[in-house]
Amino acid sequence: MAAEQSPQALATPAGDTRIHNIGYRSYDGPRLGRSYARMSLYSQSLRGAYGLGRSAKSKVLPMLLFVVMCVPAAIMVAVAVATKAKELPLDYTRYAIVMQAVISLYVASQAPQSVSRDLRFKTVPLYFSRPIETGDYVRAKYAALASALFILTAAPLLVLYVGALLAELDFTDQTKGFAQGLVSVALLSLLFAGIGLVIASVTPRRGFGIAAVIAVLTISYGAVSTLQAIADVQGSGDAGILIGLFSPITLIDGVQSAFLGASSAFPGGVGPDRTEGILFVLVTLGLIVGSHALLMRRYKKVGL
Amino acid sequence: MDVTVIATESLSKRFPRVTALDRLSVDVGPGVTGLVGANGAGKSTLIKILLGLSPATEGRAEVLGLDVATEGAAIRERVGYMPEHDCLPPDVSATEFVVHMARMSGLPATAARERTADTLRHVGLYEERYRPIGGYSTGMKQRVKLAQALVHDPQLVFLDEPTNGLDPVGRDEMLGLIRRIHTDFGISVLVTSHLLGELERTCDHVVVVDGGKLLRSSSTRDFTQTTTTLAIEVTDTDEHPDGTRAVREALHARGVTVQDGSGLPGAGHILLLTAQGEDTYDLVRDVIADLGLGLVRMEQRRHQIAEVFTNDDDAQRKEAVGHGG
Repeated sequence: MAAEQSPQALATPAGDTRIHNIGYRSYDGPRLGRSYARMSLYSQSLRGAYGLGRSAKSKVLPMLLFVVMCVPAAIMVAVAVATKAKELPLDYTRYAIVMQAVISLYVASQAPQSVSRDLRFKTVPLYFSRPIETGDYVRAKYAALASALFILTAAPLLVLYVGALLAELDFTDQTKGFAQGLVSVALLSLLFAGIGLVIASVTPRRGFGIAAVIAVLTISYGAVSTLQAIADVQGSGDAGILIGLFSPITLIDGVQSAFLGASSAFPGGVGPDRTEGILFVLVTLGLIVGSHALLMRRYKKVGL
Repeated sequence: MDVTVIATESLSKRFPRVTALDRLSVDVGPGVTGLVGANGAGKSTLIKILLGLSPATEGRAEVLGLDVATEGAAIRERVGYMPEHDCLPPDVSATEFVVHMARMSGLPATAARERTADTLRHVGLYEERYRPIGGYSTGMKQRVKLAQALVHDPQLVFLDEPTNGLDPVGRDEMLGLIRRIHTDFGISVLVTSHLLGELERTCDHVVVVDGGKLLRSSSTRDFTQTTTTLAIEVTDTDEHPDGTRAVREALHARGVTVQDGSGLPGAGHILLLTAQGEDTYDLVRDVIADLGLGLVRMEQRRHQIAEVFTNDDDAQRKEAVGHGG
């Protein structure tokens, strides 16, 4: 029917310009369905988290933060190579803890970018009128932001690792440390992405989203570290350790000091022991699963 | 092609406080179908159910032969949807946006690009498609919304109030485009509007709902076929400075009653006469040729659908659709 349309020429209002309309062509090619659509949304969101495929302006912040994340690692490597040090100035597992402000800023800027825009411009119904379903949307967005965070946090570790090998440090030690660091930042990426997306998905206003994510991450960390310091001074170290359950970054710190051979940033450098560590792991996983569940609930209501 | 594109059977949707759809049974065939009703008549609820996004409280519905309750994903792969509200991000170009939406419908990357270029051209977006959508006029935005609904070459599109917010020219262009979706592209259309009048020219079939109930479902031809009024407009020449009058007199001499098209646009230049059959057309042609005048137009003037409803006894019905025209 459509293909039988005879060619016709449309005159544009410009007059002598003619656009030759070859008629409507129907599409008989493959339709790759739900899983392909989910992958497309994932890759589009991941690229978007670094401003790719978006305006030049939106590339500035994520790229800048990426560079800020990597520069200290490059400097450490340079110093280690130049001074022929026996080990790197900073553990792999410690790097993300030290750079947490940059990570928080990245989450705060990109989580709202990823989900608030779709809500604000009401693009969500266009997704759900296609084969994908709520779960596909949530998982694609979650995975994309977690991957973007992983790139942000793992890239400097890679710089450190390559630098350490160039400086001819012990291969086994470095590889083990690097692997532990990767596990730690993977967990951190999942946790931060989940918290960031849950907060951002509540508001269609990007500004509110950014402010709320920063507030939650910094206030929780500020409160926890203050309380921990007080507990430390008063000599109730165990209580101090458990307070660490209440902020994302101290959670990660607790998990990695208990299981990933990291030195803790808790007061006095004393992190949770193995038993307490299990609690930290459970809370971390609970938060990740909980974030996912909350996102699912949030998007169930966003129909057309 | 299936004879029935959409079929519902005592379809109901009840919310805690309102009944959005009340035992709606309607069959829709291929072509352009208008879904008319006042705001809140249940049009959008119906589309949501047909897309398989919202379960019906009772009754059943099929789209393209697929059950909405169990085969929602398969339906959504084969249909397109243009929402009533704004749905476009301002900071990306139409091309980027539509390509993304094509991929979300399952088209491979290359096909998505080709189809996007084709579809944007068909809806009438040319060079501006590379600019960010934020700078578009309402008419251009409506075209982008339409393009994203058509880009995956669906068998059926749902257009929710596509003429909303458009000026009269934009409205006419959009209606023309909707007509072409069926005639040129071979895609069936379900288009909603709260204006009955504007669907008259566009639709093959009109379904009127009110308060979630079916008021009427019939083809546009049924609505208007009783009429055989012809409208004629001619030019003036030196010989006949008032061509319209000359034609009226000449036709009168041949025993054909002619009325002025008073109350119509271009009144005074338009003559209306009742066609008795094929002969009347020949007669008019010959009369005008003999007078040496130019025939600007000769068209069948349909009654407005609104008139059909005005004749209806049910005053409530008039209330619901009387805004048309």
